[in-house]
Amino acid sequence: MKSDASKLGFYLLLAPILLWLIVLIILPHIGLFMVSISEKVGPREFETGFGNYAAFFGEPLYWRTFARTAIMSILATALTLILGFPIAYYIAKLTRGRTKTTLFLMCMIPFWVSELVRTFGWMILLRETGVISTTLQRLGLVSGPVELLYNDAAIMVGLVYTSILFMVVPLVTTLDSLDDSLIEAGYDLGGTSSSIMREIVIPHAMPGIVSGCIVVFMLSLGNYLTPILLGGKDSLWFTGMIYTQFITRFNWELGSALGFLLLALSSAIVFLGLKLSKQSLSNTMGRT
Amino acid sequence: MTNIESDLACRDLTKDFDGFRAVDHVSFDVPKGSFFSILGPSGCGKTTLLRMIAGFQSPSSGDLRIKGRSMIGVPPNRRPVSMVFQHLALFPTMSIGDNVGFGLRQRGVGRSEIARRVEEVLDRVGLPGVSARRTDQLSGGQKQRVAIARCMVLEPDVLLLDEPLGALDLKLREHMKVELKSLQAAFDTTFVYITHDQSEALVMSDNIAVMNQGRFEQIGAPHEVYHAPHTAFVAGFVGDANRIDARVSAVNGHFLTLTSAASTEMKVKVADNSLSVGQGVQVFLRPEAIELSKTSKSLDGDHNVSQCTVTSVLFNGANSSVIVRDAGGNMINVAMPQTGSFADLHAGDMVFTSWHPNKARCYPLARA
Repeated sequence: MKSDASKLGFYLLLAPILLWLIVLIILPHIGLFMVSISEKVGPREFETGFGNYAAFFGEPLYWRTFARTAIMSILATALTLILGFPIAYYIAKLTRGRTKTTLFLMCMIPFWVSELVRTFGWMILLRETGVISTTLQRLGLVSGPVELLYNDAAIMVGLVYTSILFMVVPLVTTLDSLDDSLIEAGYDLGGTSSSIMREIVIPHAMPGIVSGCIVVFMLSLGNYLTPILLGGKDSLWFTGMIYTQFITRFNWELGSALGFLLLALSSAIVFLGLKLSKQSLSNTMGRT
Repeated sequence: MTNIESDLACRDLTKDFDGFRAVDHVSFDVPKGSFFSILGPSGCGKTTLLRMIAGFQSPSSGDLRIKGRSMIGVPPNRRPVSMVFQHLALFPTMSIGDNVGFGLRQRGVGRSEIARRVEEVLDRVGLPGVSARRTDQLSGGQKQRVAIARCMVLEPDVLLLDEPLGALDLKLREHMKVELKSLQAAFDTTFVYITHDQSEALVMSDNIAVMNQGRFEQIGAPHEVYHAPHTAFVAGFVGDANRIDARVSAVNGHFLTLTSAASTEMKVKVADNSLSVGQGVQVFLRPEAIELSKTSKSLDGDHNVSQCTVTSVLFNGANSSVIVRDAGGNMINVAMPQTGSFADLHAGDMVFTSWHPNKARCYPLARA
């Protein structure tokens, strides 16, 4: 009797997440998959087949854009890690009490503003008539206005800026859990700052590093706004391409196929990353 | 001044934190190959002192010498000392072998040489063949030995131990005390051990420093600290003692006559008679210094004899004791004789207590 009641409770608690998964994730994906495997042979005539997938591999623009998106995202992830790690280490290990809370909050404050507004902020800074360009001209360092927008570097800046919080938070959490006496023991046994970082801090922070990297990579890969606004028309971002298929070209079949490929390929890259760093998904996601 | 034979010497070592002096002009020498304990209640500054020796904190003033070389300004990774941390601080991301080999790797010792020396030191601490295991696969006592091995493999001049037995259960703690002492003898290295547990300090040490409020109250061999405490704090902190507040009513050479707050009289023999009539004193009397008897006849005339009522019997095997109340209402803790002659003692029984005047220690009351 009692076990029946506890079972009911278990299923009741499970219900919201199951509903969410089924209605919002699994069902749309099944629908998307159905659309992606239907080839248009005439007006309102469809055949089942993998023609849309073949189109991705057949058309260099598609897979090159994908490769470019993936490489840029990996680069953005690496940059975010390089920038985020010292910040997280400083917050977690070198400050305490109020300072720690304040610094953590300061990392968070920009994220209270919508991503669109933040990206426009960058545009104000980087555009031809923007703050940086004007300042450089005033200082006499350049003779005419400089356009800093609409290139890959601008996209990279935007991506790193957008996702750094998602790197800092898991890193602070894992670094916080590193006992200070382990670092002291490292010094006591003759370790140098770099060897302690390499042998003690980084192995301990590995789950946080990996989970931060996964989140940042996925966010960058799936980002639409930043590459379009900061990269301009030539940004060639894979999500932009999917958008074009759905909205401009009205080719839902190819759009769905591209969407599915994005999911599959990004999963493959994450899987590869986990294998290379010898971490498991449950280990990295379970801890943060 | 610095003795060649001393591995560690401190001179007027002082550490100030914001408006608070944690360590106050501490000076001591630790002879080579000895087991030196710093015993004190929590917050007495012993951890700060140890961290200064290890190099994690720098002293505000004073000098610290290891093997005659001043350590002021030397970072922890360049000091010939190793530390066993309170919670051992074994690296959980490494195997036991990598943990023990960590220090050697930092020194750039060759891989095969590291493997050989790691095996050798693990063998010496009685854990052969555990190199490949993870740290969480060991028991508390084994981890302890790995932590010591990790330090000893570097052959430090001084090994510092920061209450490493605190986290162990009682049985294991008793066992590790003996083991630590024998490890120290086997490695023939100077150990500096800090603890708040007086029995750990008494059992293991060659010398004990009793620390209170940033100062050393006394440095001496365990039996000196126990039997001849220099100050009231040492007498009260090391071992059990009955504390009686009294006033000097007469002085006769080395013999004092005291009147307790409850106006009972007692005679005490002191080494120096700097005390004068009318002065307030604290008398410390060890439970085992008091003899129990059922009649007053067999008792010596020199002794302080009083008739008491048993208020409770505390049975604790070999450490059993009785709490008695004397005529003046003082509660006195008396060790139960091991002969078993008082096994039938019950609360409410009348007994006589007696103690020799030279068994008690007498200290002037600290002036407020």
